[in-house]
Amino acid sequence: MKTIDAKNLEFSELNAIIRDTGDCEIRGCLGQRFIAAGMGHREIKIYGTPGNALGAYLNGGGIEVFGNTQDAVGDTMNAGRIVVHGSIGDAAGYAMRGGEIYVRDNAGYRAGIHMKAYRDKVPVMVIGGRTGSFLGEYQAGGLIIVLGLNEDGHPIVGNFPSTGMHGGKLFLRSDCSEISFPKQVTARPASPEDLAEIKKYVEEYCRLFGKNADELMNSDFTVITPDSKNPYKQMYVQN
Amino acid sequence: MMDNLPNRPNPLEGSIRIPSGCAISAAVSRDGKKFTGEGIINSMKPMHDRSNGLGGGFAAYGIYPDYKDYYALHVFYDDNSCRVDCEKFLFEHFEIVRSEIIPTRKMPQITDCPLIWRYFAVPEHNRLVASQLSPDEFVARCVTRVNAEIRGSYVFSSGKNMGAFKAVGFPEDVGLFYKLDEYEAYLWTAHGRYPTNTPGWWGGAHPFALLNYSIVHNGEISSYDANRRYIEMFGYRCTLQTDTEVITYIADYLLRKQGLSLEETASVIAAPFWSTIAKKPPEEAEKLKFLRTVYSSLLITGPFSIILGFEGGMMALNDRLKLRSMVVGEKDDMVYVASEESAIRVMSPELDRLYSPAGGEPVIIKVKEGAF
Repeated sequence: MKTIDAKNLEFSELNAIIRDTGDCEIRGCLGQRFIAAGMGHREIKIYGTPGNALGAYLNGGGIEVFGNTQDAVGDTMNAGRIVVHGSIGDAAGYAMRGGEIYVRDNAGYRAGIHMKAYRDKVPVMVIGGRTGSFLGEYQAGGLIIVLGLNEDGHPIVGNFPSTGMHGGKLFLRSDCSEISFPKQVTARPASPEDLAEIKKYVEEYCRLFGKNADELMNSDFTVITPDSKNPYKQMYVQN
Repeated sequence: MMDNLPNRPNPLEGSIRIPSGCAISAAVSRDGKKFTGEGIINSMKPMHDRSNGLGGGFAAYGIYPDYKDYYALHVFYDDNSCRVDCEKFLFEHFEIVRSEIIPTRKMPQITDCPLIWRYFAVPEHNRLVASQLSPDEFVARCVTRVNAEIRGSYVFSSGKNMGAFKAVGFPEDVGLFYKLDEYEAYLWTAHGRYPTNTPGWWGGAHPFALLNYSIVHNGEISSYDANRRYIEMFGYRCTLQTDTEVITYIADYLLRKQGLSLEETASVIAAPFWSTIAKKPPEEAEKLKFLRTVYSSLLITGPFSIILGFEGGMMALNDRLKLRSMVVGEKDDMVYVASEESAIRVMSPELDRLYSPAGGEPVIIKVKEGAF
C-alpha cells in the first residue's frame, strides 16, 4: 500500500494524490478537509486528524482513521465504510443514505442527523461510547446503534434525542429510564427480532475494536421508532 | 449613527451579505508560564478555509509586564488628522507614560492599514476624582466616547497587561504582521473571520475587547438587536457595526458591573431550556430561573462558540444547541480550545485529554493565583 505524507498539503493537493494513487495510507494528516469526498473503491488508512467532511458523498470502498475525526464525517455518503479508532465530531453521517460508519468511542452533537433509507440502501452507524444531544435529529431511515461503552460517567446520550424523527430505528444499549424522548416517537425494550436486526453490526463493531459481542448483545437495548407514518401531522400545517 | 462615521472607501457592515464560517483558537498555561504567539498563529493554519481573509486577530494576556499598572490603549486612526483629534481627548483624560506606533511588519498580505498606535495610560487624576468613578469605569466610558464620537478613531483594546491585535487579512498573516512571535503571554486567543454581513474592516475584526475582557466568536447572533438595545441602556454603545461587539459589553456588564460569576454569566447568555431547568435540583433550578428571568434580554440566541479572555484566565462557551463545533485539549499545565481538533494538535501533537464540551457548558480555565 502506498504511503502519502500529508504534511503541509492543501486538501485539494491531497485529494488529487489519493485519486491518482488508489489504495493508500495517509500519514501526518492534519485538518485537511473533504478527504476522499465522492470517491469509491479505495481502501484508505489515515493517521492523524483528518479535517471536516471526511468521506462526504463516499460511494464505496473504505476509510479507516487511527485517531479522532472532526465534523460532518460521511456527509451524504452513499456506500462504503468509515471506521474511526477514536471519537467522531458533530453531525456525523449527516444525511447519510447508504454505507456504514463505525466509531470506537464517542460522537458529538447531532450524530445521524437526517439519515435516510431507500429500498436496499440502508445506512448504519454504530457508536461505541456515548453521543451528544440531538442524536438522530430528523432521522428518516437507517439504523443508529449506540453502545454506551464510555466510562466517563456521562449518560449514553445528551438531551433531545430523536427530535423530529420520522423513519428508521435508533438502538440504545440502555433501559433509557433516565432519558426523555419527544412525544412523536415510541421507545420500547428491544424484542428478539429487533436484536436480530442489529446483531451483525454489533459483531462487526466488536471484531473491529476487540470487544465481546455476546456480552454486549446480552444487555438491555431500547428501540426508538417514530409513532406513525406522519407523526408531525398538523404540527406546522395541515399535511 | 451611520451619519457620524467618516466616508469610507469600502461598504460598511450590513450593506453586503457574505456567507459565514470563522475559526477560534486559544492556549493558556495554568501555571502562568509565558510563551510566544508562534503556536497560536500556527494553530490557525489548518483552519485557514474557515476564514476568507477579511479579518484576523489575537488577544494576548501578560504581554506588558513593564507597564502592568497602566491601561494599554490600542487605537486605530483613519488618518493623521483623526489622531490629532483623538489625542487631544486622550491627553485631557489620561496621564500617558508612553505612546508609540505599534510595531508591524510590512507585508503584501496586509493592506490598507490604518494608523495603529498604543498608549500606556492611567486616568488623569483630577478628572478621575471629579468623575467619582472607579478607574475601570472611567476608562470604559472614555473608550465608549472615543469609539462613538471621535471621527475615525477606534480604541480596540484597553486592558492592563494585555492587548488585542487585529486586522483585515488571514489570521496567520495578521499574527506575523503584528510580530506576535515576539510577544510572550500566558494566555492567547485567536480568531479567523469569515464575515456574515460585511466586507470586513479593521475595527470589525475580532477580538472585541473592553478593559481586560476580550471576545473571539464563531457564529452569528440572532438576538443581536435585542441584546444591543438592552445593553445600550447601561451606557454601552455598539459602534463597531458587528454583532460580536455586544458579547464583550454583555460580559463586562454581567461580570464587572453586576458581579456575576463566570458560571452565572454563562447561564445568562447560553441559558438552559426551560425543559432542562425543570430537571435540575430545586435550588439550582430556582437560580437558573432567576437568571433567565432577570437577564432575559441578554440571552444570546443563534449559533456561537466564543472564548472570553480575562485577567488570569478564559472561558469557552457554546450556544446551548451547540451549533458551532468546539473542542478542548489538555496537556500538563496547558489547556487549548479550538474550533477544530487539528488546530489543537498543531500546538500540542500529544494530549493528556481531549473532549467536546456540551452546548451551554462553560469551560473555565484559571491561571494559578499569583502566577500572572
